[in-house]
Amino acid sequence: MSSREHILAKIKAIPKEASPLPEIPSFESPLGHKAAFILSIQANKGEVITESELKDFIAINRFEKILNLTKGMESLSTQPLPSDAHELNELEVAIIQGQFGVAENGAIWLTDENMGLRVLPFITEHLVIVLNEKSLVSNMHEAYNKIGIQHSGFGLFIAGPSKTADIEQSLVIGAHGAKSLRVVLTNL
Amino acid sequence: MFVDILAFNVQANIFQYLNIHKYRIHKMPLNKKIGLFIPCYVDQFYPNVGIATLELLEKLGCQVSYPMGQTCCGQPMANAGYEWDTIGTTKHFLKTFLDYDYIVAPSGSCVLHIKDHAPAIPGMEKEQESLHQKIFELTEFLTDILKVETLHGSFPHRVGFHASCHGHRGLRLGSCSERNEPFYSKGKQLLEQLDGLEWVELTRTDECCGFGGTFAVTEEALSVQMGKDRLEDHLTHGVEILTGGDISCIMHLEGIAKRNQQPLEFMHIAEILNQAIS
Amino acid sequence: MSHPTKASEFLQDAAKAKWHDETLWFVRDKRDNISKTIPEWEELRELASQIKDNVLANLETYLVEFEKNAKANNIHVHWAKNAEEHNQIVLGILQNHQCKAIVKSKSILTEECHLNPFLENNGIEVVDTDLGERIVQFLNQPPSHIVLPAIHLKKRDISELFHEKLQTEKGNEDPTYLTHAARIHLREKFLGAKVAITGVNFGVAETGEFVVCTNEGNADMGVHLADVHIACMGIEKIIPRRKDLGIFLRLLARSATGQPITNYNSHFRSPAPGKEIHIVLVDNGRTEQLGREKFKNSLKCIRCGACMNTCPIYRRSGGYSYGSVVPGPIGSILSPGLDVKKYSTLPFASTLCGSCTDVCPVKINIHEQLYEWRQEITKAQGTNTKSISMKIANGIFAVPFAYKITGAMMRGALKILPDSITYSGLNIWGKQRDLPETPKETFKDWYKKNRK
Repeated sequence: MSSREHILAKIKAIPKEASPLPEIPSFESPLGHKAAFILSIQANKGEVITESELKDFIAINRFEKILNLTKGMESLSTQPLPSDAHELNELEVAIIQGQFGVAENGAIWLTDENMGLRVLPFITEHLVIVLNEKSLVSNMHEAYNKIGIQHSGFGLFIAGPSKTADIEQSLVIGAHGAKSLRVVLTNL
Repeated sequence: MFVDILAFNVQANIFQYLNIHKYRIHKMPLNKKIGLFIPCYVDQFYPNVGIATLELLEKLGCQVSYPMGQTCCGQPMANAGYEWDTIGTTKHFLKTFLDYDYIVAPSGSCVLHIKDHAPAIPGMEKEQESLHQKIFELTEFLTDILKVETLHGSFPHRVGFHASCHGHRGLRLGSCSERNEPFYSKGKQLLEQLDGLEWVELTRTDECCGFGGTFAVTEEALSVQMGKDRLEDHLTHGVEILTGGDISCIMHLEGIAKRNQQPLEFMHIAEILNQAIS
Repeated sequence: MSHPTKASEFLQDAAKAKWHDETLWFVRDKRDNISKTIPEWEELRELASQIKDNVLANLETYLVEFEKNAKANNIHVHWAKNAEEHNQIVLGILQNHQCKAIVKSKSILTEECHLNPFLENNGIEVVDTDLGERIVQFLNQPPSHIVLPAIHLKKRDISELFHEKLQTEKGNEDPTYLTHAARIHLREKFLGAKVAITGVNFGVAETGEFVVCTNEGNADMGVHLADVHIACMGIEKIIPRRKDLGIFLRLLARSATGQPITNYNSHFRSPAPGKEIHIVLVDNGRTEQLGREKFKNSLKCIRCGACMNTCPIYRRSGGYSYGSVVPGPIGSILSPGLDVKKYSTLPFASTLCGSCTDVCPVKINIHEQLYEWRQEITKAQGTNTKSISMKIANGIFAVPFAYKITGAMMRGALKILPDSITYSGLNIWGKQRDLPETPKETFKDWYKKNRK
C-alpha cells in the first residue's frame, strides 16, 4: 500500500460525526472605506501618497533603478523587467498596479499579471502600489468574493513593508523585503 | 454545559419583594429549600466563610440548611487525574443534595467541578442533570436567582477583586478579558451596592493567581511567582482588602503576603457582604 | 527533565523572567485590543471552529480533492506517513536537483520532523531565514515560541551572537542595526539557493492552492528566487473553500501578534514558468490524534501562538520548559499524543485557568483537553506509588484532610494518598507561603451548636 493509500485508509477507518460547513455572512462595515484603508496602511507602517509626492520621493532620493509596470507612469521607469529574477537584486523602486484594497487591514491584492516576476514586490528596496480608490472593499470576506474563482498561478495580499520584531519585540522595518510601501490612491 | 440562566429568570419572577430590617430583599417562597454546600477546605480552615455564607443567605430571607453528611466533592482528585476514582464521592454528593431546590456554595471552583467534571453515575443521569441545573456559586445565586439589587450596608474600604478562574471563565461570573463581550461582573455588581466601597481597577483584571489546586505544590516555584505578581498588582493600586469568591485562591495569596509581610487584608466576598449589611 | 524543574530554573533569573512575562503580556494585550475592534469577533471564532470541524469530519475527501486540483495546477504532491518518510522525500527532491544548500522559512512541521539535522547529516546546508529562527539556528537551539522563535533571548545575547557570526560591531545592541546585518547576510543566501522550503498555513481543497503568511517576506524571497519550492504541510491544514480564507486571515494575525493581517499572504496555485512546486502532505501521528475522540479537536490549531502569549505558566517558564516542539498549552495537548510517557508532566503544567481556550481563534477547548489528558495519564500509570501521577496527586487540598481528619469522612477520596506524600506536600506549601491558622472549630461543629 502506498503512503497515500495508507493515510487515506486510516482516516476513513475513524468513525466521524457529520459536521456541516457553515455559510459565511458578509459582515458589512458601516465605515467609509477610503478613510479606514488609509488608517490601516499607516498602522502597517506604510504610507498613502499622491502621484506628485511619489515623484518628489524619487527625485529627492535620486533613485536610478526604477521599474514601473503600471500604465500612466511610464516616464518614471529606468529599466525593463529582466528575464532572470536575480537581476532585480539592486532594484531601488518598483511601481506596480494593485487590483483592489481591503479597508479593514490595508491588504492589497496582486497576481502574476501585476508583478511580472513574483519576487518583484519583495526584492525591491522600495515598493509603490498604485490603487484605484473605487476598488476598495470593506473586509476579507468581500475581498474573497471579489477574487471569486479567479485563476492566477500566484496571488498576494500585501499589507505593508517587510518587518520583524524578532529582537526583543522591537519593531524594525525592512527585514528581508521592501523597506517601504507607498500606496498611490487614484480616483479614475 | 453552562446553566441556561434564562430558564431561571422565569422562575425568579415569582419571588416577592419584601423589606426586612434595613435592606430590601427577595424572599424565597417558603417551599424553596436551599442546601448549603460548604467545600471541605472551607469547613476545615475557613469556617467563618461558611458562617458568613449561611448568615447572608438567611438575612436575605432564604431557608437554608446544611446537610451534615456532605463530604469532599472530589475536585482535588479529579483535577489530579483521578476522576475515575471519584464515582463514590460524586454519588454521595448527588444523594446528599438531590432533594434541595437549590444548592449554593461559596466557591466557583467546586461548583464548576460538580457541573463539568463529576463523572457520570450510571442509572442516575437524570438526577445528575437536575442537580447541575440547580447548583450555584454564591454570587451568581445572589444576582441571578435572588436578583439582589439593593443591599443596604457600608464597607468604606478600597477593595481589589480576585476573579478566580474556575468561577470566572468556567461559570462565567464576569466578562473575560480575552473575549469580545460587554463588561459585567457579578462580584462587582454586589460589592458596588455597599456604601463607601471603592472598587479598585487592576492592570491585569483576570489573570490566574497560580493556586490551581495540586499545581500549588507540584509547580511550587511557578505558583508562588504567579501569586506574587497578582499581589503586586493589588498593592500598586492601593488595595486595602483583597476579596473574591474562592477562598482557596485567597489562602494561597494570603499565605504569600503574610510570609512577605505585605500590608493587605483578605476576605471572602461572603464575609464582606455579611459584615456590611448586619 | 520535568516541567516543574525547568520552570524553577527559568525563574532563577528573576529580571529576565519578569521581562518575558511582561513582553508576552504586551502581545496578548494587543491581541485583546484588536479583537475588540471587530464586532463579529466571537462569531468569526465560531465560524472558524465549525469550518475546522467540517474539515476533520471529511478529511479524506478534502485531501483527495486538494491533491487532484494541485496536480492539475502542475504541483507535485507527495504523501508521508511519518517524519522519516517526509525527510526522505525532501532529500530525494534535493538530490534530483543536485542541491547542496537550501533556504527555509518558518515551518513548525519541519521542526517536528527534525528536518534540519537530517539534511545536515546528508551534507545539505540549511539556512533558516526567519530572523528569529536564524538567531536560534546560530545558537543551535530550537525555537522557544512558534511565532516569536527567539523571545527567550535579550538583544545583548543577539548582539554578541551577531558580532561572532556576522561581524557586527561589538556592543551594538540596536535592533535596527542588527536586523539590517541579518538582511545583508540572508540576501546572499536567498540569491544563492536553488531550492526553498516553506511551511503551509492553509491548503485550499477547492483550488489546490496553498497560503503562506509572513511579515518579513522571507518565504517569498526564498521561493521566488529558487527553481524549486518544497512546501511541507500537515494533513490537518486543509480548508474546504477559498472564501474560508476570509475567516482565517482575519483571525490569524490578530490572534498571533495583534496586527490586522500579516504583511505578506502568498497564495501559491501553480509554479512560475520553468519552476517546480512540491507539496509534502504529512501524517506523523495526526491520524492517531484524529482517532482520539477527546483530543481530535487539537488538530484544528492554526499555529497562531495566542495560547502561549496568554498562558500565565508559559509566560513565566519559557518555551524550553516544555521540552516539546510545540510548547505552551497547545503543545501540552498535542505532545502527549506523540509520546505520553515523555510528556506526562505537560498536562499538569497548568492551573486549568481556561484563558487558552478563550483566546483560541478556532475555539479548541484546550484547558478541557489538559484535564482529559490528566485522566488518561493516571490511568496509564496506575496507582504505583512511584509514578509521577502520585506526586501530582500530592495536592494542597489533600493537605487539610491528612492534616486534620482522622475520621472516615474523607477516606473514600483519599485512599490512594499515602501519608508520606501528603505531609511532604505540606512542606512544599510552606516553603514560600504561610499556612492558614487552624480555627478553633470546623464549620460543621459550629453549625451543630448554632443551628440544630
